[in-house]
Amino acid sequence: MSEPGKLDAISSDLLKRAVADRFNGEEMILVPVLSVVLALAIGAIVMLATGVGFGSIGQSYLALFTGSVGSVNAISETLTAAAPLTLAGLGIALGFRAGLFNIGAEGQLILGGIAAVAVGFALTDTPAWIHLPLALLAGALAGAAWAAIAGWLKAATGAHEVITTIMLNLIALRLVDYLLRNPPIQKPGRADPISQSVLPSAELPRLLTWIDPNLRVHAGILLVVAAVAIVYWLLFRTTKGFEFRAAGANPDAARYAGMRSGLIIVLVMATAGALAGLAGANQVLGVLGRASPGFSGGAGFDAIAVALLGRSHPVGVLLAGLLFGALQAGGREMQVAAGVSIDLISIIQALVIVFMAAPTLVRATIPWVFTKQVGR
Amino acid sequence: MAMTDTAPLAKADIELARRRQKKINGVILLCLAAFVALAFGATSEGDAVFRLTLPRDAVKIPNLVLPAAPYAYIVAALLAFFGIRQFLRGGGRSTNVFLGIGLLLVVTAFLAWATAGKSFSLTGMLESTLVRAVPIALGGLAGVLSERVAVVNIAIEGMLLAGAFAGALIGSVMGGVIGIVGAVAIGGLFGFILAALVVTHRVDQIIAGVAINLFVLGLTSYVSSQVLTEYTWLNNAPVFRPIEIPFLSDLPVVGPVLFRQNLFVYGALIMVLVATYYLFHTRTGLRARAVGEHPEAADTLGINVYRTRYINVTLAGMVAGFGGAWFTLGSVGRFDEGMTGGRGFIGLAAMIFGRWHPVGALMAALVFGFADSLQQKLAILQTPIPSEFLAMAPYIATIVLVAGLIGRARPPAADGQPYIKE
Amino acid sequence: MDIELRGITKRFGPVVANSDVNLTIRSGEIFGLLGENGAGKSTLMNVLSGLYRPDEGEILIDGKPVRFEGAGDAIRAGIGMVHQHFMLVPVFTVAENVVLGVEPTGRLDHLDLKTARRQVREIGAQHGLVVDPDAIIEEVPVGIQQRVEIIKVLFRSADVLIFDEPTAVLTPQEVEDFFGIVRSLRDAGKALVFITHKLFEILEVADRISVLRGGKIVGEGDPKTATEADLAEMMVGRPVSFTVDKAPKAPGPALLEISDLKVLNDRHEVAVDNVSLNVRAGEIVGIAGVQGNGQTELVEALTGLRPTVGGAITFLGEDVTRASTRDLHARGIAHVPEDRQRDGLIEDFTIAENMVLDSYYDDRFSTGLNMHWQKVHEETARIVTEFDVRTSSVFDLAGHLSGGNQQKLVVARELSREIKLLIASQPTRGVDVGSIEYIHERIVAARDAGVGVIVVSTELDEIRGLSDRILVMFRGRVVAEFDSASATVAQLGLAMAGAAA
Repeated sequence: MSEPGKLDAISSDLLKRAVADRFNGEEMILVPVLSVVLALAIGAIVMLATGVGFGSIGQSYLALFTGSVGSVNAISETLTAAAPLTLAGLGIALGFRAGLFNIGAEGQLILGGIAAVAVGFALTDTPAWIHLPLALLAGALAGAAWAAIAGWLKAATGAHEVITTIMLNLIALRLVDYLLRNPPIQKPGRADPISQSVLPSAELPRLLTWIDPNLRVHAGILLVVAAVAIVYWLLFRTTKGFEFRAAGANPDAARYAGMRSGLIIVLVMATAGALAGLAGANQVLGVLGRASPGFSGGAGFDAIAVALLGRSHPVGVLLAGLLFGALQAGGREMQVAAGVSIDLISIIQALVIVFMAAPTLVRATIPWVFTKQVGR
Repeated sequence: MAMTDTAPLAKADIELARRRQKKINGVILLCLAAFVALAFGATSEGDAVFRLTLPRDAVKIPNLVLPAAPYAYIVAALLAFFGIRQFLRGGGRSTNVFLGIGLLLVVTAFLAWATAGKSFSLTGMLESTLVRAVPIALGGLAGVLSERVAVVNIAIEGMLLAGAFAGALIGSVMGGVIGIVGAVAIGGLFGFILAALVVTHRVDQIIAGVAINLFVLGLTSYVSSQVLTEYTWLNNAPVFRPIEIPFLSDLPVVGPVLFRQNLFVYGALIMVLVATYYLFHTRTGLRARAVGEHPEAADTLGINVYRTRYINVTLAGMVAGFGGAWFTLGSVGRFDEGMTGGRGFIGLAAMIFGRWHPVGALMAALVFGFADSLQQKLAILQTPIPSEFLAMAPYIATIVLVAGLIGRARPPAADGQPYIKE
Repeated sequence: MDIELRGITKRFGPVVANSDVNLTIRSGEIFGLLGENGAGKSTLMNVLSGLYRPDEGEILIDGKPVRFEGAGDAIRAGIGMVHQHFMLVPVFTVAENVVLGVEPTGRLDHLDLKTARRQVREIGAQHGLVVDPDAIIEEVPVGIQQRVEIIKVLFRSADVLIFDEPTAVLTPQEVEDFFGIVRSLRDAGKALVFITHKLFEILEVADRISVLRGGKIVGEGDPKTATEADLAEMMVGRPVSFTVDKAPKAPGPALLEISDLKVLNDRHEVAVDNVSLNVRAGEIVGIAGVQGNGQTELVEALTGLRPTVGGAITFLGEDVTRASTRDLHARGIAHVPEDRQRDGLIEDFTIAENMVLDSYYDDRFSTGLNMHWQKVHEETARIVTEFDVRTSSVFDLAGHLSGGNQQKLVVARELSREIKLLIASQPTRGVDVGSIEYIHERIVAARDAGVGVIVVSTELDEIRGLSDRILVMFRGRVVAEFDSASATVAQLGLAMAGAAA
C-alpha cells in the first residue's frame, strides 16, 4: 500500500468486469427460444385434443407467423399491440424493482385513457402540438394520481399495496362505467356507455400511411421507445433509481443508508401509474379514438406478465412486450384464417412465462439440446 | 464506579403514537356522526319497512318498521358519544371495536335512509349475502392454506376458474356430484402444479401464479369457444338446489339465511371450520404453520418442508376448485368465459383482511358479499346515488379499513420465500 | 452412546467445507470443537445432525455405520442440536416449539397441548430449566430461548447434544449457569459437543478438544495442559496477539452529549431509560452489555433511525435530537450497523453500489439526478484496495463476499470519508480473526486521527481491548462506568448482569 503506483495497478484490475459471467449464451438465447418452441408444441397438443386436425394446426401456426411478422401490415399490427403492453409493463417492472407489487395497472390505465379522451375532445381549436401533449399528459397524470393513492396509503399506514391496488382497480372500473354513461364524457345522444370522440388534433398520428393508409401503427411506438430509454436511465443512471432499487432489494439497508422509504414508495407508484396512464392514453389517442367499457382489453393485467417475462428490465420488458404484441396480432390472423380461437394465445403466453421462469423445466424436458447437464 | 438501581423494563407510560391514533379514530367517529345526521337524518321522511319474512316461510313474523329520520339521529348520537369518548379517554384495546360498531351503525342508518317510505326484504338480502360470499370465502381460504406454508397464491383466480369450468363440463356429462368431484380434482391439480413450479423448480411465486391464471383463462376460454359453443350439451350442467334442514330452516330470519341454502354454502362454512381446526388444533396444522413461519426450524426437526408445501398448496387448489364449482353447479349451470370476474383476487384481499385466518377470511368475504348483494337490492329501491358508486362502496370501505385498522397485520414470516436446502 | 465420524468430506460446489474429518464423541464427556468463523464447524455438525449429507465418509454409532436422510433420522438416533441461530418459531409458544415434530396427539390428530405443557414442566424440573410453557417465544429473552432449545433436545431423549456457539448471547453469569447445566448433563451420561471460537470457555468446560481450521482437523488439545496461546495458534495458523496495540488516549473537545435520553422499542416499551453519556473527540467509548439491554435502540436513536421520546442529543454543540439519518450522516457521523447482512449492505448489489449506499447523492458521485458511475467505480476500486477487501472486481455482488470481507466493505465505506464520530455496533461479529485484527486497527487509527468512537459489543474481550472508557448497559440504563485500564472481567460481568458491585 506504500506504493501508489502499485495501488493503481491493483485498482484498475478491479475495474474489469467478468464478461463470461454476464453473458451466458444458453441462458440468454437458447432458453427463451426453446421456451417459445415448447409453448407452441403444447399449444399444438391442446389443439389436437380439441379436435383440430393436423392440417389446421399447421395453418394456424403459419397464420400466427404471417399475422405477426409476415408483412408490413403484420408488423404494424404487432407494434400497435405491443405499445400499451410495454408502457404499462415498464411501470409494473419499476414497481417490482422497488419491491412493490402493483396489480393496479389496469385501473391506472383505464383512468388514464378516460382523462386523455376528456382532454382530447374538450379542447377545441387547439393546435396539435399543444393538444396532443396535453392529452398525453392528462393520461399520465390521472394514472399517476390513482397509483399514488396506493403508494401514499402504504407509506403512511402500511396498507398492503396488493389489496389497495386490487380495490382501486375495482373502483376505477366502476368509476369509468359511470363516467361513460353520464355527461360530459358520454357521447351526446347515446344511451350506451361510450365516450365522445377524440378530436383529430389530439390523435397520435399514424406513421406509415404513406405506404398504405390502412397501416395502424402510430406515434405511440415512439413514445414506447422513449419510455424504455427513460426508465432505463431512471433505474440505472440516476440517484432516484438507485434509491428505488435499494429500497426494493433491501428496504432495511435502504433505511439505514438514510433513504426515505415513504417518499420512494409514493414516487415509484406515481411513476408506474404515469406509465400505465400513458398506456391508456396511447390506446384512446392512437387506436380507438374514444373510450368504451373494456377498451383496455385487459392490457393492464397482461402487462404484469410482460413485466415478469422481461425480468423487470426495461429492455427485457420491451422484448416481452413485442413478443406478446406479436402473439396478439398473429392470434387474430390465426382466428380468421384457421378458425382457431384466439384464446389459444393466452395458453401459449402462459407457457412461455413458465418455461422462461423455470429453465430447469426446459432442460428437463429436452435435455439433449443443452451442453451442460442438469444438476448443481 | 457509579451504580444505579435496576428497574425492570417498564411498559411505556408514553403512548404518543397510540394516543394520536385514538384521537384520529375519535375524529373519524365524530365526522361519521355529523354525516349521518346531515345526510340521512335531515333528508329522510317516513318509515323504513324491513321485511323479515320471505313469502315461503312457515313462521311469519311482523316487519321491522323504523322511522328513518329519528333512527338516523339516534345513530348519529351514538356515534357522537363513541367519538367523544374515544377522543377524551381513548378506548384502549376496544378502539377498533368501537370503530367497527360505528361503521355497522352507519350502514344500518344508510339502509333506513334508502328504504324510507318503502319496504325492503332484509332477510332476502342476508340470504344472498351468504351466497355471494361463498366463492370469495373459499378463495380466501385457499389463500390461507397456501400462505400458511409460505407459498403466495396469486393463482386463486385461475383455480376458481378451472373449478367452474371443470364443474360445468364434467357436471354436464356425468351429473352434479361427479362434477364437484371433478372441479375439486382439477383445482387440486393446479395447486399441485403451483407447488411443483415454486417448490421443485423454484419459479418465483408471483410469476408462477400469474402464469397459472393466464393459462387457465386461456385454456377455458379456448375450449369454451372452440368446443362448447358447438356442442352445447357439454355446457349444460345441473344446478344444486337449496337443501332445507328440517326444523331449523323454519326459524324466522335465521332459517332462510343459514339453513335453506345449497351444498356450496354449507360446504364453505364446514370447510372454514375444518380448516380452523386443522391449522390451529392438530399436529399436522402445527407443522404446516411451522413451515410457513420458520422452515429451517421445521427442517431441523425432521419435518419435510417440501412435502408439507406440496400437500397444503394442493389442498388449497382443491378448496378453490370447489369454490369455482359454485359459479356453475351452484349458480347458473353454465360456463362463461372469465366468469369468475376477479373474485379470486377479492378472495386474496379477504385473506389479508382476515389476517391469514380461515374465520377472518370468511368474515371479510361476508363483508364483500353483503356489499355485493346490497348493491343489487338497492337498485330496486331507486336511491338518488348512482349504482356505480354504491358498487364502489365496499372497496372504498376495504381500503379505509385496511389502512386504518389492520394495515400492519402480519403474514407468515417466510411468506413468499423459497426454501432452499443446502 | 459413542459416535465416530470417519473421513467426512463436504463440498458446496467448488468450496470444500469439510475435508477428511475424523473425530469421536463419547458419552459422559464434553467434547470441545474449536475453530474460528468459517472454519467449517457448523457444516460438520449439520452433517452429524442429518441436515447435510456428506460427500464422502461415514458416521458410526456404537461402531455401526448409519445414514441420515434428514434431521428426523438423526433425532431418532438420539442426536440433538442446539443451533447458533435458535431454531424456534417466534410466534409459537414454548410448549408448541418443544413438541414440534414429536407432538403428543389425541383422536383426529388433535394436538394435545395439555400433555405438552406438562411434559415441558417435567423436563424443566428434572434438569433445573424453568420456563413457562405458555410464553410466546418472541416475547421471552434469549437466555430463556436457549433453555427452550435445550428442553427441546432433551424432550427428544437425545443422548448426544451439540451446542453451536451457545454462549454468544449470554451474560458471563448466564454462561456460568449454562456450564453448570452442561456439566450436569455430562454427569447424567450424555455426550456433549461444544462448538466455539472462544478459547477461555473451551478450556474451562471441555474434557477433550479438537481444533478445526480450513475444514480440516489440525490438532487436538488436552484442556488440562493446553494454553490459550497454543490453541489460538492452532486455530488461526499463526501466532495471534490478543491485545490491540494503541497509543494512550488524547481526548479532545466534547463531541457528542446525550442527556436523559429515552427511547422506546418496537413493542412500545422503554428500551433506553434516561441515559446520559458523552463522547469526546479522539476517544473510544465501549458500550458493553448483554444483547437486548437497549444498546440497539440507543444506537438507532443516535443515528436518526428511531424517534426519541425524551431527553436530548447534542452533536458539536447543536441539538440533533430530531435530525434525520441523512442529516446526521452529513454532519460526519458514520454508522456500522450490527447486522451487516440485513442493514449494512445489499447482497444483490455490486460492491461499488454498496460502497456508495449512503453517499450516492454526494457531489463526488452524482450531480442532480445523474449518477457518475465511472467515478463510483474508480473510487470503490481505490477504497477496496486500501481496506483490503478481497475481491476480483468491483462489479462482484456483495453477497458473494465472505463474512469478514463484507464487514470490511461496510467499515471501509464508513471510514473512507471525512467523519467526526464513528458508531460501530458489533463490528467484528461473525468475522475471522485476520479481519478482526484489521478492523480493530482501523478503528484505533480513526480514533488516533481525532475521531470519536462508540463501540457497542457483547464481546468483553473486544470491549476491553478497544475502549478507552467502558459503559455497561443493563435494562436500558447505563449502570456502570469503568476506565478500561482498571476494569476486570469479573467487575464487567457483574455489572452486565445488573448486580451492584
